[in-house]
Amino acid sequence: MKIRIKFRKWGVMKFIGHLDMMRYFQKAVRRAGIDICYSQGYSPHQIMSFAAPLGVGITSDGEYFDIEVNSQGSSKESMDALNAAMVEGVEVTSYVRLPDTAKTAMASVAAADYRISCKEGCSPYNTEEWKEIIEQEFLNQPDFIITKKTKKSERTVDLRPLVYSFSVEEQEHSPAFFLRVSTGSTDNIKPELVLSSILERLGKSFDSSAVQIHRLEICYRNESGQLLPLSAAGEEIM
Amino acid sequence: MKKPALSDEILMQIEKPARYIGNELNSVVKDTSQIRFAMCFPDVYEIGMSHLGIQILYELFNRREDTWCERVYSPWPDLHKIMKEQNIPLFGLESQEPVKNFDFIGMTLQYEMCYTNILQLLDLAQIPLLAKDRKDSDPVVLGGGPCSYNPEPVAAFFDCFYIGEGETKYDEFLNLYKKMKEGNDSRSAFLHEAAKIPGIYVPSLYEVSYKNDGTIAAFTPVYDDIPATIKKQVDMDINASVYPDKPVVPFIKATQDRVVLEIQRGCIRGCRFCQAGMIYRPNREKNVSRLKELAETMLASTGYEEISLSSLSSSDYSKLDELIHFLIEECSRKNVNISLPSLRIDAFSLDIMKQVQDIKKSSLTFAPEAGSQRLRNVINKGLTVSDIMEGAKQAFEGGWNKVKLYFMLGLPTETEDDMRAIPELANEIAALYYDVVPKEKRNGRCQITISTSFFVPKPFTPFQWAVMLDPKDYLERARIVNDHVKEQLNHKSIRYNWHEADVTVLEGVLARGDRRISDAILYVYEHGGFFDAWSEFFNFSLWLEAFDACGISMDFYNKRLRSDDEIFPWDFIDAGVTKDFLLREWKTSQNEEVTPNCRMRCSGCGAGQFKGGVCFENKN
Repeated sequence: MKIRIKFRKWGVMKFIGHLDMMRYFQKAVRRAGIDICYSQGYSPHQIMSFAAPLGVGITSDGEYFDIEVNSQGSSKESMDALNAAMVEGVEVTSYVRLPDTAKTAMASVAAADYRISCKEGCSPYNTEEWKEIIEQEFLNQPDFIITKKTKKSERTVDLRPLVYSFSVEEQEHSPAFFLRVSTGSTDNIKPELVLSSILERLGKSFDSSAVQIHRLEICYRNESGQLLPLSAAGEEIM
Repeated sequence: MKKPALSDEILMQIEKPARYIGNELNSVVKDTSQIRFAMCFPDVYEIGMSHLGIQILYELFNRREDTWCERVYSPWPDLHKIMKEQNIPLFGLESQEPVKNFDFIGMTLQYEMCYTNILQLLDLAQIPLLAKDRKDSDPVVLGGGPCSYNPEPVAAFFDCFYIGEGETKYDEFLNLYKKMKEGNDSRSAFLHEAAKIPGIYVPSLYEVSYKNDGTIAAFTPVYDDIPATIKKQVDMDINASVYPDKPVVPFIKATQDRVVLEIQRGCIRGCRFCQAGMIYRPNREKNVSRLKELAETMLASTGYEEISLSSLSSSDYSKLDELIHFLIEECSRKNVNISLPSLRIDAFSLDIMKQVQDIKKSSLTFAPEAGSQRLRNVINKGLTVSDIMEGAKQAFEGGWNKVKLYFMLGLPTETEDDMRAIPELANEIAALYYDVVPKEKRNGRCQITISTSFFVPKPFTPFQWAVMLDPKDYLERARIVNDHVKEQLNHKSIRYNWHEADVTVLEGVLARGDRRISDAILYVYEHGGFFDAWSEFFNFSLWLEAFDACGISMDFYNKRLRSDDEIFPWDFIDAGVTKDFLLREWKTSQNEEVTPNCRMRCSGCGAGQFKGGVCFENKN
């Protein structure tokens, strides 16, 4: 049966990269005694797949991976067992059963929510100025074309339709940005790209060490086109 | 979670920040402690985290309520540079606090090429590099591990060494420290008292005098109440002793990324080049029921997906059959892989390998160490050509077609015939493949890989008297082997790799050096040299410059024929095996005679004094 697990990641754990987090959970699932399915062969591996890699240095409240299990007690039992096997800085917050027909976490990812907090005194504008800038320079624009450079090529991308929401609030005496951006295999937008592109237009430069990025949620799109948290695709096992 | 010693900004700009943040599963965090101990491995995290000895000591120390032992590894050059520039003091991974405020800095010395990294760690810790410059407020710097069986080349950097296995005397040592710390005794008073504990060597309390020819005239304690010889510590009850049943599990992939089960200590074989085979005597086996229990506990506490066995010669473990069959069953139930240690290739091991490995991908390993039977007799390597051919035949019949062969070049008495015997043996094995396996069953050509390293004589071995060569002469020997590989009928099935020779001669000096060598190590570090164990950082010309500047002749240490009765820098250590035995073995080797292993016949090496292990098997 298919299971979707949600976890959060904070503190120094933000320095543990995606591949190492996968290795971490492979071991944690064993320690927790989850009856996970294995592939066949000389070196069997667990049936486990992650939703969307999180960059090193980013914290999160909304990370997901799917597993397949042979047998299963209640969601609460498995969550408690997993949380007893965690290190500080990682916590499992949801454990749901997926319908057998569900798409994998990775294939379902459509959008992600982020908070980008400016470290105190690091923003060139205050929150009120930012509100104005976001409105005028971005939200009210028909498009926002940038050149995206990859290792192989350069291509232009219109950021505007790929940013689903964008706002700013005053938090701890500094501006904090909230963005919902397109995520996944086709149009994958990093939230800091939106911010750095705006700053660039204003003739300022973006300093990645002046902000802390935090992922809040990863969403999929249901049949009616609504964006919902990945965990909403499943149901709690009672 | 402890606040990291390094800022986000630094952690984001260096390679693998996970090396420096601690917080790993099963790492031990205490509120505070009376004794703070930094256990250092002078190499990078991934190497150091793979070392079993540190995990054992970590467990041993942290079981004490009054002691908090933390881990420290060498910061990689990228972070090293930043720490120097920004004056950031070296910190313990668990507390993230500067180790300069700790009570002890312990360092394990696993290989000679890490010596400059000892200085790196002390330098970053902001502690004086030389023991004589340290004050009462500085931590006590303590060394241990196999290289401390000749601690003299690094003696100037250490306040004391612990010689032997940690399980026996550390409690006494730490208790003494605590008592004297409470009594406000000075550092020198503590070291003087510590020197009375068996196994503790305090270099500053011993004086060395030299003869005109540069060899040692005398090695004497400066006080009457400390021992003239330091007795190696041996844990004679290894079933009862501490084992890390909850080892620390790194986030990033370490070199040894699995549960490690130590099945025995010491070796019965007596290969004459092998230091581990001598200094860990007597061979002591762990109880198979204890090992089964440990395997289960450790797999459960770590979640590792692989387990391996650790020992010097696993095939000699008397209950190997029972243990491996237990593991195969247990591991297949838990979907855990078994990584086999190098086993002697025979019907038993081939059967096991078939069960746990993919034959198409795996290769067989033989370590004949020398190409000819004559030279194998000299080094007392019991493996015969018929053993190898029989093992290879069974393996080829079983479906294997890859064979790795390990040899050493530059062994005592080696002739050109011995060198040429290496490719000839490889050719014979390849020919056997084509004989044994009919064409239709072959999975392509067989692949024989020959690797040679250059032999380095080590203290406390029968070859401690041996003479070394110059780098160009080592390379000439590799060339002879390489040329002869090309002359073999089956040369297309044979590949040959050989090692660098510069590292070899340097290792030779550091292995058999004396106190005078420390100047050169200091010189190299002060001129930017460290991470010598990494070929990308190893700078041989800097070492040559250092020896020159310090007036040290490498030839004195490497190329001089040592007389039978020369006093060696390490003779003050009683490692269990006697110098008489080693000398006897040195002479026997030149007569090309083998000495039977410990189970076949006792050779009276001296390890019997520890009253246990293989020496007392079948005796009441």
